[in-house]
Amino acid sequence: MSAHQYQDQSQNQTPSSVADPDARGVVIIGGGQAGLQAAASLRSEGFTGKVTIVAEEPGLPYQRPPLSKDYLKARLTDGADGTDGSGGTSAAPLPLRGAAFFADHAITLLTGTAATSVDRQAKTVTLADGTVLGYDSLVFATGARNRELPTPGIDLPGIHGLRTLEDAEQLGAALETAQNVVVVGAGFIGLEFATAALARGCQVTVLEFAPRPMGRALTPLLGDWFAGAHRDLGIDLRLNEGIASFEAGDDGRVAFAVSTTGDRYPADLVVAGVGVQPNDQLAAEAGLETANGIVVDANLRTADPDIYAIGDCAAFPCVHAGGPFRLESVQNATDHARHVAGVILGADAPYAELPWFWSTQGPFRLQMANIVRADDETVMVGDPDPAHPKFSVFCFRDGILAAVESVNMPSDHLSARKILAAGLEITREEALSEGFSLRAAYKERTQPAAV
Amino acid sequence: MPTITYHQPGGDTQVIELEKPDRIMQAALKNSVPGIVGECGGQAMCATCHVYVREEYLDALPEIGDDEEEMLEVTASERDERRSRLGCQIEVGGSGPEAIEVDIPEEQV
Ligand SMILES: Cc1cc2nc3c(=O)[nH]c(=O)nc-3n(C[C@H](O)[C@H](O)[C@H](O)COP(=O)(O)OP(=O)(O)OC[C@H]3O[C@@H](n4cnc5c(N)ncnc54)[C@H](O)[C@@H]3O)c2cc1C
Ligand code: FES
Repeated sequence: MSAHQYQDQSQNQTPSSVADPDARGVVIIGGGQAGLQAAASLRSEGFTGKVTIVAEEPGLPYQRPPLSKDYLKARLTDGADGTDGSGGTSAAPLPLRGAAFFADHAITLLTGTAATSVDRQAKTVTLADGTVLGYDSLVFATGARNRELPTPGIDLPGIHGLRTLEDAEQLGAALETAQNVVVVGAGFIGLEFATAALARGCQVTVLEFAPRPMGRALTPLLGDWFAGAHRDLGIDLRLNEGIASFEAGDDGRVAFAVSTTGDRYPADLVVAGVGVQPNDQLAAEAGLETANGIVVDANLRTADPDIYAIGDCAAFPCVHAGGPFRLESVQNATDHARHVAGVILGADAPYAELPWFWSTQGPFRLQMANIVRADDETVMVGDPDPAHPKFSVFCFRDGILAAVESVNMPSDHLSARKILAAGLEITREEALSEGFSLRAAYKERTQPAAV
Repeated sequence: MPTITYHQPGGDTQVIELEKPDRIMQAALKNSVPGIVGECGGQAMCATCHVYVREEYLDALPEIGDDEEEMLEVTASERDERRSRLGCQIEVGGSGPEAIEVDIPEEQV
């Protein structure tokens, strides 16, 4: 397939400085959240050289988070525009930027073509269609791909992953007729899909081999709360129970999911949400270090001074996690991108943005400010009644507020982000005192009382 | 045709005609209108789609929901008690008003 080009650099509407034939500029591999933000930030920070994005997926780059949320919901209501206040709109994907953005900012977007090799000596990238692009700076923003289960029967029709628009389109169509849905993995995407399928009237079973849902990211306190809350909704959440095999029916499609306890669950639709693997092969082939991601320093630079990695594919020194880390979030992708644009333009400060995340699972709107640690002391504050929850989990490290998880408390979340990003110290004693609110605490510390 | 007019803080104006009903945030992203971020994809969870609705269109709007109310308390640019709304919660065309004009705040993040 030949590449579709949204903006041809040779057109004379580009700024004159871009036309300099000697300038190779910045090549960004990957047209996702990170790649697009990097291009946008380069321009907004005043970069006048060439900017080229190489994007393997076809079409205008889109936002992934709605794929497991509004996008599936919109399909549920016959593609009608959501007027239920859920924030849903149409069955069309939400673009990261409109088509005009690329021409307006002299950004060349090559879609439907993958970068297949990088020659670090010649400083060139070769694409699947044979195009060779020279670079001064190269940014890997290649994201991640779904981890594949080694389970027998995994290739049966009716078993899906959920990462791309294509995946979501297939799932949206499958949900039209599905009755018994099995979700493998109680991670964020698995549970978002599970609640969407439940709302569609499906029977939903979730298999999770760990003792808690979302165990990698949540405090045990909140993980346990979610286990109960999802069961109350009507999801059959099976913990400490992994997938063993899939069995086909007479039609050759998946019919049963068999778990590690030997239980057989009827399944006409299966979604495997067991995590992702970074797309770091191309970087590895170019001789760059990879270790669960492309290894970069605090400036998000690889050992090659002209090559960077950002977003889901980057293993970076995370000050908040206290070591090398890889994060999969919109925040991480966009903040990395803004940072790398600065570095390419000459800035030299370590990346230190506060991680945050959100996930909408049916009636539960989860938000997290900072990364929780296993030995954090956790206290639930607010109303945890699963019928109308509205609470936060405060996480204390050495007696100081270090992370906050919130359910249906977006103002707590936003205030916590501001407090933690500013490095303001809130003691356990203050946070648990009568009448305390994160919002008031932030205001108090940042807006001096009127004289 | 449903129409949204976006007024930028610097004085620029974009007039977007919608082929079908859409929300203020989503239409801004699709049409490359600057100043609206839509970080959470329209979940009323980030307040980066804050807009000030012009007076003459206020009566045609649906009530502010609980989620929206809470987010409006933590916008980056100061809330205007009458005019502040979340762009992702307001539909134009369909069940919403046929036309609207909004001012985009200085800051969203
Ligand atoms: C269904 C779903 C729901 C999510 N929900 C949330 C949420 O609620 N909140 C949140 O914070 N995060 C969420 N995320 C995570 C978030 O979307 C990702 O962290 C973010 O998209 C990462 O951006 P990225 O640019 O690093 O990678 P990606 O978005 O994966 O983009 C990378 C792109 O690079 C392309 N590519 C890879 N290799 C090549 C190559 N060799 N040549 C050319 N192109 C290449 C890929 O095709 C891909 O399009 C969700 C993700 C999914 C899948
Ligand atoms: S887009 Fe996030 S609150 Fe509107």
